[in-house]
Amino acid sequence: MIAIAPPLVAILLSPLLGALLAPLAERRWNRAPSVVAAVASTLALGVLLLQVPAILEGVTPLQQWSWLPAMGLDLALRCDGLSLLFALLILGMGLLVDLYARYYLPTEAPRGRFYALLLTFQAAMLGLVLSDNLLLLVLFWELTSLVSFLLIGFDPSTAGARRGARMALLVTGAGGLALLAGVLLLGSVVGSLSLTEVLAAGDQVRNHPLHLPILLLILLGAFTKSAQIPFHFWLLGAMSAPTPVSAYLHSATMVKAGVFLLARLFPVLADGGLWFALVGGVGLATFLFGAYVALFKHDMKGLLAYSTISHLGLMVFLIGLGTPLGVVAGLFHAINHAVFKASLFMAVGIIGHETGTRDMRRLSGLFVFLPITGTLAMVAAASMAGVPLLNGFLSKEMFFVETLDSPRIAGWPVLQWLMPAAAILGGAFSAAYSLRLIRDVFFNGRFDGQSLGLSKPPGEPRRLMRLPIEVLVAVCLLVGIFPEQVVRPVLSLGARGVLGFVPDYHLSLWQGWSPAFQMSLAALGGALLLHLLRRPLFAAHARWFPPARGARSFQRLSARLLGLAYRARQRIESLSLPTNLRWLVATAILLATLGWLMARPSDGVPIRWIAVTPMPLDGPSLAAAAILALSTLGVVLRRGDRLWALLLTGAVGLVVSLAFVHFSAPDLALTQVSVEIVTTLLLLLVLTLLPSSLDLRPPGWRQRRDLLLAVTGGIGSAVLAALMMLRPAKPISEGYLQAAEPLAGAGNVVNAILVDFRALDTLGEISVLAIAAVGIAAMTRGLTLRLPTRGDTAGSRARPEDSGEPDRDARHPLMLSAVARPVLPAALMLAAFLLLRGHEAPGGGFVAGLVVGAALILLQVANGFGWTAARFHPDYLRLIGVGLLLALLTGLGALLFDRPLLTSAMLHWTLPLLGELSLTSTLIFDVGVLLVVTGTLLLILESLGRLGNSGRDTLTIGTSREVG
Amino acid sequence: MEWLIATMIGLLIGCGIYLLLRSRSFPVVLGLLLLSYGVNLFVFAAGGLRVDQPPLIASGSPYADPLPQALVLTAIVIGFAMTAFVLMLALRALSELGSDRVDERQGDEES
Repeated sequence: MIAIAPPLVAILLSPLLGALLAPLAERRWNRAPSVVAAVASTLALGVLLLQVPAILEGVTPLQQWSWLPAMGLDLALRCDGLSLLFALLILGMGLLVDLYARYYLPTEAPRGRFYALLLTFQAAMLGLVLSDNLLLLVLFWELTSLVSFLLIGFDPSTAGARRGARMALLVTGAGGLALLAGVLLLGSVVGSLSLTEVLAAGDQVRNHPLHLPILLLILLGAFTKSAQIPFHFWLLGAMSAPTPVSAYLHSATMVKAGVFLLARLFPVLADGGLWFALVGGVGLATFLFGAYVALFKHDMKGLLAYSTISHLGLMVFLIGLGTPLGVVAGLFHAINHAVFKASLFMAVGIIGHETGTRDMRRLSGLFVFLPITGTLAMVAAASMAGVPLLNGFLSKEMFFVETLDSPRIAGWPVLQWLMPAAAILGGAFSAAYSLRLIRDVFFNGRFDGQSLGLSKPPGEPRRLMRLPIEVLVAVCLLVGIFPEQVVRPVLSLGARGVLGFVPDYHLSLWQGWSPAFQMSLAALGGALLLHLLRRPLFAAHARWFPPARGARSFQRLSARLLGLAYRARQRIESLSLPTNLRWLVATAILLATLGWLMARPSDGVPIRWIAVTPMPLDGPSLAAAAILALSTLGVVLRRGDRLWALLLTGAVGLVVSLAFVHFSAPDLALTQVSVEIVTTLLLLLVLTLLPSSLDLRPPGWRQRRDLLLAVTGGIGSAVLAALMMLRPAKPISEGYLQAAEPLAGAGNVVNAILVDFRALDTLGEISVLAIAAVGIAAMTRGLTLRLPTRGDTAGSRARPEDSGEPDRDARHPLMLSAVARPVLPAALMLAAFLLLRGHEAPGGGFVAGLVVGAALILLQVANGFGWTAARFHPDYLRLIGVGLLLALLTGLGALLFDRPLLTSAMLHWTLPLLGELSLTSTLIFDVGVLLVVTGTLLLILESLGRLGNSGRDTLTIGTSREVG
Repeated sequence: MEWLIATMIGLLIGCGIYLLLRSRSFPVVLGLLLLSYGVNLFVFAAGGLRVDQPPLIASGSPYADPLPQALVLTAIVIGFAMTAFVLMLALRALSELGSDRVDERQGDEES
């Protein structure tokens, strides 16, 4: 049965919305972001608690929207007991960390960003535990890695933070990719990525040949995230994060995502021997290794980090046992660890804040100054050590029981004593480092503030900053003393979420003189022994233990990879544009030749290369072709004389437009002519700024090679073009011709294609225009140009009046400026005309935009940029933006009527004078095109014009100046 | 006529390629312009050559192929934006590097 009570998605949306609001709130009030965060988390918690009655009844609230059904990705959420347990942890811890961070962060810290990231993390983590779709789960999984990266590098000014952030991202991100691969395999085996269906297909997966790769890939994901050996090293680097982040992400929640995943997929993947060997083995090794290393860490956060690694190993081991009770113990320890470790991180944060150091060798005797924080830390550390009356004791006791009589080790006499021994050893080290943390920091002699350079003695923090620690320590005690009442309901729900039933387990403070209790005593006794022997132990450790290699070999590996990439790039990279283009052209010629040689008749019918009778030649065409050929060759030969080259290029463009006119393409001709004018103007403006383009004479062989490429390319494309024109072909545009009138209400089929049939392409095209315009505007910003010296400029520019006085008036001849002014209204009329009739006859937004632009440019050229700017100074970027929005909104309008994007609607009117006017929604789209084209044109010309204009002033006075 | 147009296309593209391979920025821009003329004509010619048959419904069938025309129309406008962008890039490079060379070799003799 599916219950859709209060919407699950609100649990995610609330923190996400908060993440958006937090930076905005910061502008009002520096501390407002923490309030936003608290409200967002509280709301999410409220919605979560509303799900509890349904879950208690055994119903799993589900919610599902199709997202990318073709890829099997659904926005599907579920909230069973396991999700509930973790979601409560995430939100509860989140609230406490919100409060703590409010006082922890220095006043000048960017709080908006901090809380936005924290809330984004919260949403991602909630999404991870609430996903009912495995792809969605992976998505949130990677999102948590990303936010973790940003939070570790929250203060990017320190190299350690940057390095730690990068390392964490690479390790957890790579694990995430492995997880993705595993999940996709799993989905292909089950035939669905829905968690509900995957969980029901456990037997099918375990008996499938792909079971081993699936298991390995998913474990890789879980182990990297939960910092298991050999991937544990990133967690130490992550300690560069602000302490609230360490408490929240890197001990309480994110690093438990791996544990969560193991529990989540437990019913599918746990198959007995292999699961136990891999998961249990890695977990136990991590537990021992972490506990051992933690004892010898001098940095308080380093100690806590390795302790976290060790405890994560413990949880992984418990789940790896593959027994129901193991799962219960693992989940129980996940809760307990979050509670005591977060409070310890917070206490350590306070100490670091008050003393300016986290090095335990320099701290001592702080209990006198921080009696309350010290007491709280002691209780939490005792819980970490597994002292009775506290929550840590209970879950550690369950752990000891499991190592003693797990059915998994029944047939293995070696394991029967090895596992309890390992458990006692690990427990002893845990207790020893807890003891060391408390003793070194709070006792161990008098506090020496002077050596730390402290101006005032450390003191207790504000009451509210300590409140989260107090709450957590209270939870430690409550769970430790009244486990049945406090924790059993949640834990049983969680266990049922994993196993489908609640195994019979005991939670009580006193279970008699049991073997497990004896093991606890042994562990505590061992800790005392370790403490007494600490001096020789530390010496032996320093002498024999190899320095931590994980992080360093990781860095060496990444440096080597980067070096490899750099060398590879150096081999193939050329900084020379001609060289790159030569390769490009040669490749194009080669591919075309290959295509030619490999052309085979498809069905036995020989290819008929020429099927159309060529059109007869006529005199005007030949004349035009002669002009084109001469101009083109002229451009090549006279490229050193820039003005000539420019004029000849213009001639080429005009002949091309004539060709468009002749061969039934009036729209193209109009566009080409307008673009020609504008391009020529543009080049003229640039001409003054570029130095003389006298060609460099490269060695003869290089020139011959270029000539060969050019001739081959030219002949090849000529032959290709001829064959293409003469081939027997049926155009694919018949449909457009037939549909233009009835469907688009258009007489001009080219325009109908642009603004209606293929409007999405046009939208893309005007976006490209806009991007080019923005790019050009950005490049002109801060551009300084050294004007070419007089002798350098093209001869045609060296007019007599250029050498002396400023000649502003001479630049803007009276005739031109007088004529240009009335041209503007006329041009605007013409543009409106072209735009309106574009759907019926040649015209349309592109041409009209070019006409408006050209007219305005003419005005500027004739009257000077200053004159124009004084009268007409729109924000071109805004114009472009409005145009894009207009086009987009017209397209979106179709969605309102439940039609696909960019569907057109039309109205036909008969107006006096203009005749029949069809007003379609595409007209508005075309107006958008016009605005973008005009805006782009003017922005480009204005950017260049500003350069040219300021250039002229200096140019007329001196010879060589800097131009801003 | 088809062969004539094809020859012109070949000439434009060949000259465009040659200029594109020059080592200073202004000829490269000119080469880009010539190349775009050639390529636009090429794409346009893909629809076949028709005289007096514009794709306007009112003019009566048969029509020239409208699809290549639509493609070329946007290509012309985009080509302008690209030319402008390349020009501005050339100016920026000139200002940053103090040279309008587009190859890495410096100090070759001028002709």
